[in-house]
This record gives sequence, C-alpha cells and structure tokens, in this order.
Amino acid sequence: MEISLRDLITVFHGMGFGALFMLAFSGALAELFRMSALGRAVAAPSPTEHRLLMLYLSIMVVLAWATVISGAYLVYPWYRATPPAGLADLTGYPQRLLLSSPETSGWHSLGMEWKEHVAWLAPISMTMVAYIFGKYGTSLVKLPQIRHAVLAFVIVAFLATGIAGAFGAFLNKYAPVRGGPAIHLMKGE
Amino acid sequence: MNSPQTRTSARRLADADHRWEAGASQFARTELACAVSLSIANGPAAAAILAAGIGCFFLGVFSLGGDASQALARFFIFYTPTGPLSGVTTSAIVIWLLSWFGLSRRWRGKSVALGRVTAAAFMLLAMSVLLTFPPFMDLLQGK
Repeated sequence: MEISLRDLITVFHGMGFGALFMLAFSGALAELFRMSALGRAVAAPSPTEHRLLMLYLSIMVVLAWATVISGAYLVYPWYRATPPAGLADLTGYPQRLLLSSPETSGWHSLGMEWKEHVAWLAPISMTMVAYIFGKYGTSLVKLPQIRHAVLAFVIVAFLATGIAGAFGAFLNKYAPVRGGPAIHLMKGE
Repeated sequence: MNSPQTRTSARRLADADHRWEAGASQFARTELACAVSLSIANGPAAAAILAAGIGCFFLGVFSLGGDASQALARFFIFYTPTGPLSGVTTSAIVIWLLSWFGLSRRWRGKSVALGRVTAAAFMLLAMSVLLTFPPFMDLLQGK
C-alpha cells in the first residue's frame, strides 16, 4: 500500500485540516446559536466552559489558516503547474487537464476560481470571532448585538468553507493532484 | 366552601399576578442587559468586525482586479508557483490587519454605533462573496 507525496499532502489539506475545520463548525454554530437564541435569557458560561470554548475556537482558527495556506502554497502550485510544450498526457497537470475539454473546463473556471478565493473568508472571519470571544469573555452573553454579528460571520465562514470543500472534493475526483515520490505505508499480501 | 365562581376569580387573579411578575422580571433583565451593554465598551469588537469585513471585501476586489487586468495579475505574483493568488490574499490580509490595528486604536475604550458598523461589515462581507464568484466577476467585466 503506497501513496504519492502529492496525494498525501492533498489529503492533509482537504481531509486533515479542511474537513476537520468543517466538522468543527457544528459545535461552534450550536454554541453561538444557543447564546444568541432569539432573545431568550441565557446563562453565562462558567470560566471553565469559556476556556474550553476559547480552546475550541483557537483550534478552529489554526485549522482554518492551515487549510488555506497548505492549499495555496503546497497543493495549488502542483494543480496549476505548466506542462512542457507538446505533452499529450496531462494527467500530472490537473488545471490543464480540466481546461483541455469543454466538458470539464467549468470545474476550473467556476470551481477552482471561486474556491481559491472564497476559502480565505473563513480564516479571517474565524480569527475575528475567536478574538471577540477572548476579549469579552463571559460578558459576551450580555452583548446581543456583538453575538449576532459574530454568528453572521460564522455562518458566512461556514458557507465559504462548504463551497471550497465541495469544489475541492469534485476537483480531486476529475483531476486529482498526483505525483512525487511514492510513500510506502505497508506491505501488501 | 368556595363557590366555583370564586375559585375561577382567584385563579385569574393568580395568573395575572404571575404574568405581571414575569413581565417585570423580563423588564428587569432587559434593563440589566442594557446597563451592562453600556458599561462594556464595544469599540474593540466593532473594530474587529468592521476590519474583517474590510479584509474580506478587499480580497474580493483584488480577486476581481487580478482576473480583469494582466498587469495587476503580474503585480500580484508574490510567489511564482502560486501565481497571482499569493499577492491577492497576502495584500488582503495586510489590509485586514492594518485596518484592524487602526480601528482598534481609534475605538479603544469607546462605544460606537454598533448597528451601523455591523451593517457596513455585513455589506462588505456580502460583496466579497459576490466579488469572488466567477460569473459575477465576468458580469462586471462584460465578458
């Protein structure tokens, strides 16, 4: 059983950081919604609960930045690499492979073009959210306007991550980023 | 022995009393929330929220610029293997952090009209989503 280096890095980018970040949204959204729930009086979280929430949000911020940075600076250069002139087999050049056919070019011109930019809204938004939680602490429960603003940014960050993640999965299906040295994971039978 | 009419009246009185207490308690909670809101400066939060909106908006503007102009696309190549995306995102991040720093200094320890600030931030955020959407970019460029 083996995997190429580029495959492995792509897995770390998409499944390791991206999917984990996406999954973490469920917890963050649930907690934010609970705190902002339709004007109901909500009990302030205890200092321990607040510390846990801060840790949770901080991990989300790290995951968000790790996802976009690994995507832009590790995976994307392999994706957009230029093939040598006259090369017929474009398997190792995903962008050119997609653009080589009108049946698949939309995956690049819509999918990748949108994904590569919109994904960056998530780490910017989540950094702001974590900062506000850190700055205001448990008193945030008494500041509904700020909570609502934060919730709106989290929802947009979630949508942006969803768009980037979904297109990433489809792109990797139609034109996977492959190549580089093979890494042997285990010996087969 | 109480008549059924007397019991109904007593229940109504008790219900009204309970409703008044609930209303007074809700009023007290709202008053307390307002007082607390006023005592906590919202400036740092407003600065962070508006700066995030500005950063996202410039990400959209630079994406459009890089797509529309070859000269801008070349300018945004900060790291050749990544191409213009490196400059587009780095420049937007720099603007986001600078605006955050500037607004934080300006609004430190102050309370601002948060409603207007968040409305502006949402508008910028919504525009950033639109500006990164390739069909909208094409529409703006008349493609």
